[in-house]
Amino acid sequence: MNGKPKVVVIGAGVVGSLIARELTKYDCYVTLIDKEEDAGWGVTKANSAIVHGGYDDPVDSVRGRFAAKGNKMYTKLSEELGFDLKRIGSYVLAFEDDEIPHLGELMEKAKGNGVDGCEIHSKEEIIRRNPNINDSVKAGFWCPSAGITEPWMVAIAAVENAVLNGMDFRPGEQVVDIETGENETGKTVKIVKTNKDDYPCDFVINAAGLFADKIAQMADAYCPILHPRKGEYILLDKKLGPIVTNVLFPVPTKQSKGVLVLPTVDGGILLGPTAQDMDVDQKEDTSTSSEGLNEVRLKTSSMVKGLDFSQTVKIFAGLRPEDPQKDFVIGKTKVKGFINAAAMRSPGLTAAPAIAEYIVESVIIDEMDVALEKRSDFNPILAPYPVLPEDDPEVWEEMVQKDERYGKVVCVCNKITEAQIVEAISRGARTVDGVKFRTRASFGRCQGGFCLARIAEILARELDKPLNEIKYRTGNTKLLSGRVRT
Amino acid sequence: MEKRKITCISCPLGCEIEAEINGDEINIQGNRCPRGKEYVINEIKDPRRVVTSNVKVNGGQFPLASVKTTGAIPKGKIFALIEKLREVELEAPVNIGQVVYKNLFDTGFDVVVTRPVEKL
Amino acid sequence: MREIKLDALVIGGGAAGMAAAVELTRQGCETILIEREERTGGVLNQCIHNGFGLHVFKEELTGPEYADRYKHQISQNEITVHSEKFVLKVDPDKKEVITVGVEGVTCYKPKALVMTTGARERPFSNLRIPGTRPAGIYTAGVAQKFVNLQNYLPGKDAYVLGSGDIGLIMARRLTLEGMNVLGVAELMPHSGGLARNIAQCLDDFDIPLELSTSVVEVHGKERLESITLMNFTPDTMQPILGTEKVIKCDTLILSVGLLPQNELIEDYVKADPVNKGVMVDSHQRTTHPWIFAAGNNVAVYDLVDFVTLEGIEAGKAAAQMIKEGFKECKQIPVKRSNNVGAITPLFCCLDDNPFKFYIRPTKNMDKGRVKIGPDIIQKVELGLKPSEMVDIQITREHKEKIKEMGLEEIIVEIEEV
Repeated sequence: MNGKPKVVVIGAGVVGSLIARELTKYDCYVTLIDKEEDAGWGVTKANSAIVHGGYDDPVDSVRGRFAAKGNKMYTKLSEELGFDLKRIGSYVLAFEDDEIPHLGELMEKAKGNGVDGCEIHSKEEIIRRNPNINDSVKAGFWCPSAGITEPWMVAIAAVENAVLNGMDFRPGEQVVDIETGENETGKTVKIVKTNKDDYPCDFVINAAGLFADKIAQMADAYCPILHPRKGEYILLDKKLGPIVTNVLFPVPTKQSKGVLVLPTVDGGILLGPTAQDMDVDQKEDTSTSSEGLNEVRLKTSSMVKGLDFSQTVKIFAGLRPEDPQKDFVIGKTKVKGFINAAAMRSPGLTAAPAIAEYIVESVIIDEMDVALEKRSDFNPILAPYPVLPEDDPEVWEEMVQKDERYGKVVCVCNKITEAQIVEAISRGARTVDGVKFRTRASFGRCQGGFCLARIAEILARELDKPLNEIKYRTGNTKLLSGRVRT
Repeated sequence: MEKRKITCISCPLGCEIEAEINGDEINIQGNRCPRGKEYVINEIKDPRRVVTSNVKVNGGQFPLASVKTTGAIPKGKIFALIEKLREVELEAPVNIGQVVYKNLFDTGFDVVVTRPVEKL
Repeated sequence: MREIKLDALVIGGGAAGMAAAVELTRQGCETILIEREERTGGVLNQCIHNGFGLHVFKEELTGPEYADRYKHQISQNEITVHSEKFVLKVDPDKKEVITVGVEGVTCYKPKALVMTTGARERPFSNLRIPGTRPAGIYTAGVAQKFVNLQNYLPGKDAYVLGSGDIGLIMARRLTLEGMNVLGVAELMPHSGGLARNIAQCLDDFDIPLELSTSVVEVHGKERLESITLMNFTPDTMQPILGTEKVIKCDTLILSVGLLPQNELIEDYVKADPVNKGVMVDSHQRTTHPWIFAAGNNVAVYDLVDFVTLEGIEAGKAAAQMIKEGFKECKQIPVKRSNNVGAITPLFCCLDDNPFKFYIRPTKNMDKGRVKIGPDIIQKVELGLKPSEMVDIQITREHKEKIKEMGLEEIIVEIEEV
């Protein structure tokens, strides 16, 4: 290695983004590549958004080492990066007598994993906090440190902060090959090649989500075959009110943690996921199905009363990468410089901050004995995206006097203004989804009915493109076709 | 001999009328009043429609001005009208009632603007 | 922060709001009309087709022409319009309306509030149709705005779900403006729109209408590539296995329902679960005495003429309250019976003022007897269908009879003949 180490991180999901940001704390060149047009649009975009307590993972597993630790790191991270985090606590609920012993097992696991504050709660306590839970509930395992967040914002904010600290972000580029070389010790990474450019490197961090196995194959490095596991979700309207206060899990099965009921950070009600193992060639299939949606309806309705499905705001499905060992694959490989942060199944979102720290400090610096200098000028803080409180007109007045575009409301359902949309664009949004995910415009009950045209117009104006060049997201997703009159 | 089913729209009943067309002779069945016969015969012999569409406007607050025909024109000429409208370019400001085409296809009807467009 | 004290505030500058504001001004009330877009007119600005104004103006006008008549009345009466103003909060206890605009926050303090906030379109995701979530799926109103106001087509080959008038109008519009419309699917066994529109929007262009059919799956990773249609049983609306049909298209246009919008006041007034809008009495007053409402946020109307008439009534009643104060009046609740769907008003005020019931039948009937009372009105109507509201006038004499009979509730039903 000559000069400062060059690190290429493949995959700008929550894991890759946090690793890349961690690297910018040190004196090295960092490049982050993602095939999507924005950060966090793969696995990160469509999951339960839970920062798990970390009690659940087997003490001797890889995920057990990172989950509880990651959970604890989220408070500081959310303060630095400005994303929403709500530690609303979680219950694992027993509805049958034979499910109760499992709760005791969870208490033991929690102790082993260093998760504090867990208790077994009685039916009365549970119903006091969540009056809509089915009356047949018997007891629940309570974990106060569990929380909810906006997973794509973790990635978006981490990337934005890393860029401010000198990282090179390359969205919309697909890695097509990794050139390796030979030296005395064996194979070593040399160049990461994308469909647009070549990146000479000393280290490759494989955080490529569903495609981490494919990336590893390019470098002849080990990664188990990953198959996608699909989870379908239903999101209900926040006008139903706080149907539940905490994250609610049923007692899990061998297959999965079960179908959950939980609030979202902006007050909606999220139901899901299912857990359907798919084939390795189905890694792009995020379609929902009537069977999956029915399963979500039935299982959540038996746990919680008052779920009004006519108030569905959105249905969606996400994929997570599952490996045969059902565990993370983290660490160096026989190919020098090629490091895996792969098989990020649940609790990947939770563990991500701890994994980022581990990859840099333990793997690169300690294990691989690389001398990385810590920078004195790293700035961990990212200004949060402005949010105007619904019920505080004084704040609105203040903001409008600063910038009159705060007085132009574009998203009617969520009261998002032109100023916020313009800021999102200046901070990296290039598509309708880019604006949506940064501002929550179009997330509301009309699903863009009132605001889509205006959001597209603002994008067209700010990016200096004709309206019919504006896209929703990556690929063939333009909003419009040709002109009516030319 | 041609058979056609036409829904009369003269009143809310909407009688479904069956017409047997033998050259110039038309036999009607299914109408509950004489207006049905009249409507169906017109529909078969000389169907007409009022057409609404858009024309291009330059320099205005909207890129288009909506337009309409001031009367019902022969149905067969609808797409020919659209083709003519594609060639139109108005300059803002544009007013309601402004004539875009006079005496369209010799029908005695005009194409007029229905939405004003202010100058930018 | 600005404060504006005034007689009447009208929120929403569409058909109902413009009519209410004009009437209030005619009655001598100091009125401001608030609109969140740059211009008034609401959805009329993009409804460039014919069919508006037959009742109110005795002429057939296009949407923009109809809106223009009211915009003209607004400027003639010198009515103040505050456009590009967004309402953050309505506070009925303090009688305040907080808005934001480019000059900042304004607090309006009206003596009467008229809510004319219209309806929104039911979005695709609310239908819970499984499949992918590709580009190319639009509600009809959004597609209409892109085509008629912004000069862009949404795609090339379209399919329309929903045979209500909006879907039929868009099937014709997209065809005229250069797209290929492959068909219209309707879940119910009968069409949702006017017979005239089936003839002029579908038959004229050989666009097939498939009844008892709906979209059951959507395909396409990035852009819509195809939809799967399926037949449903006509009475119970259950899917019939084996009737799946795949249609290749890149655009799906949805006309699957309008939902009255009352987010600003729904915590303070009662809504009706069938109308889905706020309940009003025969003076367009909601269950909160300070708040009046008219238009599509009360119930979804099929003719803008009716919306205008309701807006005028709201304006009249609000003006009376402003000038004479709130007057208690006995209100008789209205109850639905056989074959009556949406109906407004839901309370009949026992004063001397006539009003109209607007009633939507729940099914097709060649002949039906509309019965109000019992024994107040019995009227035979022909050609009843869910897509066409029936309007029934209640006169002063009818109200006298209601008083005489001491009715505690008014039952409305449509008996099939």
